[in-house]
Amino acid sequence: MESIEGEPGDFKVTLTSYPRYIDPIKCTGCGECAKRCPVTAINMYNLGLDDRKATYIEYPQAVPLAFAIDIDTCIGCGLCEMMCLAKAINYEDNEKKSTICVGAVILSPGSEGFDPSGMDVLGYGKFANVVTSEEFERILSASGPYRGHLMRTLDREAPKKIAWIQCVGSRDVNLCGNGYCSSVCCMYAVKEAMIAKEHSHDDLDCAIFNMDIRSFGKDYEKYYNRAKDEHGVRFIKSRVHTINEDSTTGDLVIRYTDESGQTNEETFSMVVLSVGLQIPESVTALARRLDIELNNYNFAVTDPFAPVNSSRPGIFVSGVFQGPKDIPGSVTEASAAACAAGTKLAEARGTDTKTIEIPAEIDVLETETRIGVFVCNCGINIAGVVDVPAVADYAATLPYVVFVDQNLFTCSQDTQDKMKEVIKENNLNRVVVASCTPRTHEPLFQETLQACGLNKYLFEMANIRDQDSWVHANDPEAATEKAKDLVRMAVARAGLLKPLKEKKISINRRALVIGGGVAGMNAALGLADQGFDVVIVEKEAQLGGLSRDLTVTIEGADIQRYLLELVDRVTGHEKIQVLTESLIVGFSGFKGNFTTEIMVGPGMYERKIDHGVVILATGANEYKPEEYLYGQDYRVVTQIELGKRLEVKGADDISKVVMIQCVGSRNEKNQNCSRVCCQSAVKNALHIKEFNPDAEIYILYRDMRMYGLLEDYYTEARQQGIIFSRFSQDNPPNVEATDEGIAVTFKDHILQRDISITADLLALSAGMVAEDTEELASILKLPRNEEGYFIEAHVKLRPVDLANEGVFLCGTAHSPKLISEAISQALAAASRATIFLSQSEITLSAVTARVDPDLCAACLVCVRACPYEVPRINEEGVSEIDVALCHGCGICAAECPAKAIELDWYEDDQVMSKVEALLEGVL
Amino acid sequence: MEKFEPKILAFLCNWCAYAAADLAGVSRFQYPSNVKPLRVMCSARVDPLYIIKALKAGWDGILVSG
Repeated sequence: MESIEGEPGDFKVTLTSYPRYIDPIKCTGCGECAKRCPVTAINMYNLGLDDRKATYIEYPQAVPLAFAIDIDTCIGCGLCEMMCLAKAINYEDNEKKSTICVGAVILSPGSEGFDPSGMDVLGYGKFANVVTSEEFERILSASGPYRGHLMRTLDREAPKKIAWIQCVGSRDVNLCGNGYCSSVCCMYAVKEAMIAKEHSHDDLDCAIFNMDIRSFGKDYEKYYNRAKDEHGVRFIKSRVHTINEDSTTGDLVIRYTDESGQTNEETFSMVVLSVGLQIPESVTALARRLDIELNNYNFAVTDPFAPVNSSRPGIFVSGVFQGPKDIPGSVTEASAAACAAGTKLAEARGTDTKTIEIPAEIDVLETETRIGVFVCNCGINIAGVVDVPAVADYAATLPYVVFVDQNLFTCSQDTQDKMKEVIKENNLNRVVVASCTPRTHEPLFQETLQACGLNKYLFEMANIRDQDSWVHANDPEAATEKAKDLVRMAVARAGLLKPLKEKKISINRRALVIGGGVAGMNAALGLADQGFDVVIVEKEAQLGGLSRDLTVTIEGADIQRYLLELVDRVTGHEKIQVLTESLIVGFSGFKGNFTTEIMVGPGMYERKIDHGVVILATGANEYKPEEYLYGQDYRVVTQIELGKRLEVKGADDISKVVMIQCVGSRNEKNQNCSRVCCQSAVKNALHIKEFNPDAEIYILYRDMRMYGLLEDYYTEARQQGIIFSRFSQDNPPNVEATDEGIAVTFKDHILQRDISITADLLALSAGMVAEDTEELASILKLPRNEEGYFIEAHVKLRPVDLANEGVFLCGTAHSPKLISEAISQALAAASRATIFLSQSEITLSAVTARVDPDLCAACLVCVRACPYEVPRINEEGVSEIDVALCHGCGICAAECPAKAIELDWYEDDQVMSKVEALLEGVL
Repeated sequence: MEKFEPKILAFLCNWCAYAAADLAGVSRFQYPSNVKPLRVMCSARVDPLYIIKALKAGWDGILVSG
């Protein structure tokens, strides 16, 4: 991207496309060019750990699946041009400039791993067995340089002991100037250790050298605990001094200082440097060209209350460019940026759309059954374990199978195009793909069928990857037999499949937002600003939720002023209706057409609201401590209470303050970390210092989780003389009330002795507790985790969707988080909801139950069995099932004593055919 | 005597147990191959007759998970 000119709503973007020397439209991705290329080049995708050709594809799943020539290494021999049947090679290709007109821009240029070459004490680049975490990821990957075998780089020996060194290129102002925490390295190091242990054939010893373990995300603490307690990963609180190599063995000696200040040495076979994230020079140059303001670490400057708006109006940011974050955070923020951009483009919605033409369906019922089976290699994911040619040969022997093929990646665009041709050429009328899971890939293959004029329900998959090659990796023979079994099952069912018709329903383009806190209000505005009607249901008399008790963000932004403006915007918005003191008492319907019953206001009159989507923003509260004399002594307060006190009374009257972290978090009752309390403590501590620079402040913590840019405030706090002392979970501080103050006794981790402080005030960093949503969850039939937070459909891929279609999630109803994060997530939920609301109708699945009225005895078994209360006895005195309401679970079909109900696509004979086909192989 | 290897048929609910079996794969959990998965849209779809028929036909064990 060269430049962006113009105004929001009317930008002119100038792009330069660099030459690829292979036309991506003509290229079929067959790979013949790379096979013939005589030049060997370093494969940077595997971070230089193996080679590729000068003619190459970056990685097998690349989109588009088109090769390119690395012109710096190409010798111009012409072999690839000779080999290419598609005539895609063009040595004369050159740089092209183009201009596009857009209304808004989203920048997600990402980050790079820190290069530790300059840190000579770590030995990277000097000792072969010191690798970066990025290199280690590639080593563990099945498509990596060692095909997923755990080996060290020097001698390809299996390592026996691996050490991870945390915070390389993060939290370090001395050696690299990156004072921030990269937020992701703790979790990926734990993950790498767990996977390395799985890949290892011996009892691999894994040790993670760290300052703090920052497992602050949703359920991350549980994962950390599992690594520590169940898998024996060692976590060593330390600072690493140097790494030296034992030149005879290639082993590495780590010299480090432990918490007590003692210097130790330990030898490992391999060392992984957990490198941080940083903004590449190319991105800072881009930001300069586009006039985007960057902070001192080159992340985009954003406002805590407008977390995806860059300094230039109409240009939005997401991902690590906005600040260090993990995948769920990046995916959420990407949706948030889409929402923010969408509100500016609402007028233009739908003005430039194209419709895919689906050919008329071929009638297959009267023709003979012709099944095609496509067996996937999935690179080496399947083929590395399962004997794919043997499975394909076997498939050819099965009844009605007239065509069998195997593909490297069945899901790739070129294979899909090829499949279309094959289906038409061979007049296939049922298709079986043996590959990965139907849960992710069924829709893709069904589209291919539709493009050939076949009904999409004439399709079946055999899951020979997720439920075969991946789980029987050590037994190729058994895995191959199982693959044959699964293919035989799939073919048997495919033969019995019938075409099904899908129903279209209209969408009610209004949203219901449950909860009127910061998240709920932002989600409502995100939708209302795009022109959709929104109803907010709030159980309290006022909007604002927990944020009404908050004062300022750690950056110093005034939360109460923001809240006032936000409430004004929401209540003044013509598209938003707010119902306060309201309670949800009933809920029915289905995606796009929900009806919610609400008791409104002090009078509790009943209202019914029809809406198309639901956004949950029910929030969380500060934990009310039962520990450390809270509630028994007025000098013991929570961080929120302290924040308010500082606002009202300042801190002139307090000279000694102790803070205790992890109160109500990271314990047996609540395993998870509450994410926000470390920064609350530092924020309040700095605030006290502002009022009273002589105040003595002690923060007793277990791990300081000042992730991302928050680390700067932690550094500042230490510079201001705030004392941080680590305690262990099994030896918590002892608190006693005395006339002089609150006496807190704790064992200091550096001095290794007990210290007693008599404080004027003890602040407890109380964790977060999800709002009580037990009743709501049962009315809406929504899943929650042990701690009462709603469970998203997929942690990484669908972080704000619920598995229940049309229902979305944001704010602290998802997990504890900061205000800016809650705002991002609210915009993300609005963005996801827009996908529904922007359509006038949606197509329903045809997998629904059907009653044969002639067999129905109106016994009411189905009426009672259905968990969604769908079947009813109609005027004719028989059961009737509305396909728009039916979830397709089939409980009615299973329960019906007269066998009057069938579940389409899972009819009795279609299921039993699989049971029987399976037995043919084993009996 | 040859070790007894039971033949187990697993009816897996698409939304939870089947997803869990996929997750086991993604997590590379290793387990014996003598359990064969069969996807249903809901464990409630499993008609008691399916179980009886399968046992009668020679399966040693049936797992209904959902």
